[in-house]
Amino acid sequence: MSRRGSTGQRVAAINVAPWALLALPLAFVLLFLAYPLQSILRESLFGESASFHDLRPLWSDSYYLQRLWFTAWQAGVSAVITLSLAMPCAYVFAHYDFRGKALLLAVVTIPFVLPTVVVAVAFSALLGPSGLANSALQQFPGVDSAPIDLSNGIWLILAAHVFYNVALASRMIGASWATIDPRIGEAAAVLGAGRIERFARITLPQLRAAILAAGSLVFLFCFTSFGVILILGGPQYSTIETEIYRELVFLFRPPLAAALAMIQLVVTFGFLAVYSHLSRTSTATSTGQRSRVLASPRERVFVVAVIVLLLAFTVTPLLALAERSVHSSGGYTLEFYRSLGENTRRQALFITPIRAIWNSLSFAAIATTLALPLGTLTAYGVQKLRRRLGALVEALLLLPLGVSAVTLGLGFIITFDEAPLNLRGTRWLLIVAHTLAAYPFVARAVGAQLRSIDPRLREAARVLGEGAAGVFLRVDLPLIWRSMVVGAVFAFAASMGEFGATLLIARPEWPTLPLAIFRHLGQPGELNYGQALAMSTILMAVTGAGFLIIDRLRVRQLGTF
Amino acid sequence: MRSRLALILLLTVPFALFALSACGGDDSSGSKTLTLVSHDSFNISEDLLKQFEKDNSVTVKVLKKGDAGAMVTSLIFAKKNPEGDVAFGVDNTFLSRAFDANLFVPYSSPLLTKVPNDLQADGSNKVTPIDYGYVNFNYDIAALKNANLPVPQRLEDLTDAKYKGLVAVQNPASSSPGLAFLIATVDYFGKDGYLAWWKQMRDNGLVVVDSWETAYNTNFTLKGGKQPIVLSYATSPAFEQMFAEPKRDDAPTGNILPPKGAFRQIEYAGILRGTKNEALARKFIDFLLSKAVQEDIPGQMAVYPVSSEAAVPAAFDKFSKVEAAPAKVSAADIASNRDKWIADWTSTVLR
Repeated sequence: MSRRGSTGQRVAAINVAPWALLALPLAFVLLFLAYPLQSILRESLFGESASFHDLRPLWSDSYYLQRLWFTAWQAGVSAVITLSLAMPCAYVFAHYDFRGKALLLAVVTIPFVLPTVVVAVAFSALLGPSGLANSALQQFPGVDSAPIDLSNGIWLILAAHVFYNVALASRMIGASWATIDPRIGEAAAVLGAGRIERFARITLPQLRAAILAAGSLVFLFCFTSFGVILILGGPQYSTIETEIYRELVFLFRPPLAAALAMIQLVVTFGFLAVYSHLSRTSTATSTGQRSRVLASPRERVFVVAVIVLLLAFTVTPLLALAERSVHSSGGYTLEFYRSLGENTRRQALFITPIRAIWNSLSFAAIATTLALPLGTLTAYGVQKLRRRLGALVEALLLLPLGVSAVTLGLGFIITFDEAPLNLRGTRWLLIVAHTLAAYPFVARAVGAQLRSIDPRLREAARVLGEGAAGVFLRVDLPLIWRSMVVGAVFAFAASMGEFGATLLIARPEWPTLPLAIFRHLGQPGELNYGQALAMSTILMAVTGAGFLIIDRLRVRQLGTF
Repeated sequence: MRSRLALILLLTVPFALFALSACGGDDSSGSKTLTLVSHDSFNISEDLLKQFEKDNSVTVKVLKKGDAGAMVTSLIFAKKNPEGDVAFGVDNTFLSRAFDANLFVPYSSPLLTKVPNDLQADGSNKVTPIDYGYVNFNYDIAALKNANLPVPQRLEDLTDAKYKGLVAVQNPASSSPGLAFLIATVDYFGKDGYLAWWKQMRDNGLVVVDSWETAYNTNFTLKGGKQPIVLSYATSPAFEQMFAEPKRDDAPTGNILPPKGAFRQIEYAGILRGTKNEALARKFIDFLLSKAVQEDIPGQMAVYPVSSEAAVPAAFDKFSKVEAAPAKVSAADIASNRDKWIADWTSTVLR
């Protein structure tokens, strides 16, 4: 951080012009998102094979309007359900320490990285006709046919969206909750405020930024949902994202696909701008004080109940999947794991599990390393802009969250095809795609926390003679550190699970774990299927271990989260 | 404070080293490179590819672009400055799109004499057939036996109430085998009759899913799902035996192959217009048609070789032999009706 201007007079929090902070994130987004997107949209709308006749269905058929409505509706409902389940979890994460908490946090976050096709197998392994749950229930006398009947549809879409996102929302809100000064609540209690009143008038306003940040991320994640809709919803359901893919790949109507991609971008942009505008009004009282709640027996029951429910919802499908990876039709076996490294067919493009793990970890580590400064700069720069302008710039910088993956992938192919930016077929382009997927999580997590820092803390530090760097290191950093770690966890996760834009630019020589899983799932034969499940279990284990390591990067005197 | 800075350094330094080590030196420069663009399912024996590279002193680079549809789409968008020299994996359901975009330069391989005429695309030789497969129903032998159900012999049998809710297909609007089979039913039942069959299937609890992966890995009873009859490929039973775990001598699944009830999906390779390596690209197509490669790809990609002199794995003859004639729909017919068939099918079955 620059110390420019620290001449002893009044100094701003970090005295750097907002545009200097934003230069790097803006350059990154303009070059690697806006530029390829405008190329592909222009090519689709005005290219030689384009015909405006193709756009007619947009207004002549109410179908697309219905799709837009459904897309927004399911995303909104998913976000609301996710948030209501996340609140008690966030409370527990923020207020209680218990043995195995780090492991619990890591494990419940794993679903975030799993390809949908694997989640479908996991759900089926748990709840299908011959899944673990039905097999267990059929042990009871009088239960003949499978009592649980899992069928595709809207309920499965919502359940899967919660399954994917509940950890994200819990952790973002929890990170903020942990920094609320408990003394205000204690003072209010002394003054006679009841539990509910204290929550509604003290806690909720302070959590507002975090709840909005988490809710908007979940909303956008579901708004651009692809695999969940196709695989778990069934053919009756489609979102704008699935329609874009269908128009581009199956019906080949680029103009219509481009129009839909633009609609999706505009809605995302508008949503982000409104969110950003709203979340700036939050009251700021964060001081970094740890709240301590004593665990009375009643609280113990509550904490245990929340943890058990969370585990039942997120972890049992993962366990069912792992169980299947060591279970062939001949009984329990480790054959699927043992054979993963054997190239029995002597294939030219064979993927060893070690290579896939190494590649996934490399991309995720690099993407996370790049995402941390990009996301943090975004959060600071945007906060220093005037309110309206800040909202618009933040919306622009978070657009990677709402971009159609297949459109961006095609954009990369037609844009970066010449010197000086001849990046096609290189690792650099993959790193760019992974970083684009990753950094909005850091920006959002840090931004939410930044908004709740009490400015008087910084003023106090300056009065005590700290310069800009000192204020950042001694006031801001301790307060945003937890959020940076949470952002880093999800940046890492977004990269580990990335299977969107990279589909079109990946190279078989550098396969990641999700690609390896798809390779095995793509061929018949129990060995291939079992190897896909073994690879999925490895993905879960490696990701979980990665989360544990990132979580360790907290600063000791800040307490634990 | 010092400890915190140390921590940050501790974090960033290894990450940076990691980044450098992972990113150092892209691609082997020096020798010539031939780039193949293909779909995700492409594979080949390492020894054969190495031999080709050695014989022609060239490095073969493979770019995979998702499924066949996604690959064709990305080829069309990149055609002004193509990413590769040769493309493999365009099939006869998507061929017209590639032809409309004029993606390929013609090449007539001398090895085409070994390929039956009905597998060749048209007279122009813009693309060269490399392999083919059949899209048809598979059934789970044990599941049908346990439910005391006979193996259906004709597509009409599947509308019988005893198969209610037991059949899964892929959506022709999102899946390549789904589209292929829809085209087969147009030939089997005729243009005026196919929708009536689909409507009966719908009323009989037909399950429609997005992709082959979903149908085969979650719906099929073989993998713990609910449907013992699933749309797949004629080679799937052979692969079930070849890649069984634990090993077995028979296949757990079988094919339902009534005359005209399967679609023959032919995969082609073509030389991309704009290549600077046309001579090498031709050699690569000859290589794909050579006896060694033709005998290699069945076991790699679960397809049949087009070359009449190539032998197939024993399991293919045992469990995946196709004797019935496939549906016959011309490429021109597919090109002009594909979108209408998909739209009509969608409104009949899904809405």
